[in-house]
Amino acid sequence: MDGRSQNNTDRQGRHRQKMACEREVQIRNAEGLHMRPAMQFVDVANRFESEISVSSGDNSVDGKSIMQMSMLAATCGTKLKIKADGTDAQQAVEALRELVEDRHFDEPLPDKKRY
Amino acid sequence: MEIKKGVAVSPGISIAKSLVIDSEDYRIPRRSIEPSQRIIEIQRVRNAFQDAADELEKLKASKKGIGEQEIKDIFAVHLRFLHDRSLRKKITNFIHAELVTAEYAVSATLREIALHLTKVRDAYISERAADIYDIERRLLKNLLGRKKADVGHLTEEVVIVARELSPTQTAGFNKDFIKGLATDAGGRTSHTAIVARSLGIPAVVALEDLTESINAGDLVIIDGNRGIVIVNPDEETIHQYEKYSHEFLELGHKLDAIKEKPAVTRDGIKITLLGNIEFPDEAELALQKGGEGIGLYRTEFLYLNNPNEPSEADHYRAYAEAISILKDRPVIIRTMDLGADKYTQSRRFVPEPNPFLGLRSIRFCLQNLTIFKIQLHAILRASVLGNVKVMFPLITNIQELMQTNMIFRDVMEDLDEEDTPYNGKIQAGIMIETPSAALMASTLARNSDFFSIGTNDLTQYTLAVDRGNELVSTMYSSVDPAVLRLIRTVIQDAHKSGIDISICGEMASEPEHIMLLLGMGIRTLSLAPPMIPEIKQIVRSVTIEECNSIARKILTMNSERQISGFLRDATRRILPEAF
Repeated sequence: MDGRSQNNTDRQGRHRQKMACEREVQIRNAEGLHMRPAMQFVDVANRFESEISVSSGDNSVDGKSIMQMSMLAATCGTKLKIKADGTDAQQAVEALRELVEDRHFDEPLPDKKRY
Repeated sequence: MEIKKGVAVSPGISIAKSLVIDSEDYRIPRRSIEPSQRIIEIQRVRNAFQDAADELEKLKASKKGIGEQEIKDIFAVHLRFLHDRSLRKKITNFIHAELVTAEYAVSATLREIALHLTKVRDAYISERAADIYDIERRLLKNLLGRKKADVGHLTEEVVIVARELSPTQTAGFNKDFIKGLATDAGGRTSHTAIVARSLGIPAVVALEDLTESINAGDLVIIDGNRGIVIVNPDEETIHQYEKYSHEFLELGHKLDAIKEKPAVTRDGIKITLLGNIEFPDEAELALQKGGEGIGLYRTEFLYLNNPNEPSEADHYRAYAEAISILKDRPVIIRTMDLGADKYTQSRRFVPEPNPFLGLRSIRFCLQNLTIFKIQLHAILRASVLGNVKVMFPLITNIQELMQTNMIFRDVMEDLDEEDTPYNGKIQAGIMIETPSAALMASTLARNSDFFSIGTNDLTQYTLAVDRGNELVSTMYSSVDPAVLRLIRTVIQDAHKSGIDISICGEMASEPEHIMLLLGMGIRTLSLAPPMIPEIKQIVRSVTIEECNSIARKILTMNSERQISGFLRDATRRILPEAF
């Protein structure tokens, strides 16, 4: 169908190990998951072959679609569950966690006074 | 079958398929398609996404400066959306399931996303809805832009249905295939009305929500005599209208028969009837209809028709074409009268807050002398080809007029230096269309060879009413006593100064207003060519004596309602068949 459909077999026909990985992260930057962070997120997600879904509460979306990610409208403090499914699932989840939590989208953290 | 009532602004009847022009500035109505069209609409969505993305890539590449990072980020975000397969899929699935046009599917899908964002209780995120609206507009502009371009390449007869039509849109019309116009907005003197009358095609405006209840390709009847538009008429209605249409054409032929007869009142006073034209080839129509020359040659089409600034040669060619048709009959070329529209606004970083009181018409020319001088140069060069006069629009005060005259003389000197021949005695007149010009007419007359009263703008500015705004357009009336007093002042001052005076606004083509204008002392009228026979018939049916007595009575009246009622009765008595 499209380029990011699952590929369980590599060129030599060897069966590659498919795995799932899941992790909860928290949005830390003050302005939340607005457009630019959503763009950074999908750009990172699209580097991986694994299927990536992101959920907030009951709402689960495709982590590679900027439209769906921005619809999550995750504000500062929101907890997101990142789930990857594919050969590079573990790396994908780690890269996304780093973007959200360690780099907090290269944006400022909230003011202590802000509540 | 659906019958819509609006305001009839250009007579005639046409029955044809509709071509609907939506605007990215308004909500796109839901329109249905046939299942067989799905594949076409889905392809249109794909093309629009592709074109919008290409456009953005180019824009992004052009933003090289420091400090433009933020803009680049915005473009980058928009590009991600345009490349987002799941967004495109959502839209194409919508078309597939709901059988709607590409425009509607794009608009509805993106607005749903935007709405979702505005509901988020976080100011920063909810403001991002603006980005989604931006993407929507970008896609719609691509979808609609292609359609607008199609209007210029029609191969079958259509009637145009739109919310409103701008001069830029109508300038691209292919006159051979466009058989009628119908718009949601507008009034008797809106741009749509003026264009329809000059093309001689029926038009109905102020239909409010016509664009919402029509699908592209629906059969439509436009009844420009009664102000009715019928969508998907039944067999019987079509048959009935074909009969009306035939009768109307017959009446037209009867009126055409008087074109050889002079425009003289029953008591022997000669009235000069001239045509208002927009395009050079319309000079032909003006003569056919019995016009004795051109009293208003609008030159805006030169600026609106082509993507670049018109060259001096472009101007000259357009003037020479009209003059070659008119031979030695008079032609009054009005200098560029743009403003309050895309042409001037697109040059501005921030749109003017009140464009009708802003930098338009002669004011724009005086601040853009290069553009203005190119036009004056071409008019002067063309002046040796026939009987050419020049007219300056929207003069507000004496300094403006003196400055304009000075620039005109400068250009004459340029021609002298180039040894280019021109008519050194060319007459230069002005339009009286602001209350200040009307009140100062006696002063302006000393610096002007003739006056022509532009009743449309004069009425709008005197009564402070936007003629295109259906919420207040009923207040707009050229026979409002305030407007009539100004017109009387201008006529008297012109007579005292011994300069020519004519009327070139829509008022000159209103059968009910003719006796009043003649009674107030007007002897020259310039109007849309298709209306000339009807107005000539009125001229030939009255005596100046009657007209004078009507004007005297009217000028004592203080209410618009009383005046228009009186005029209607008077015209009906003299010319019962006109109603």
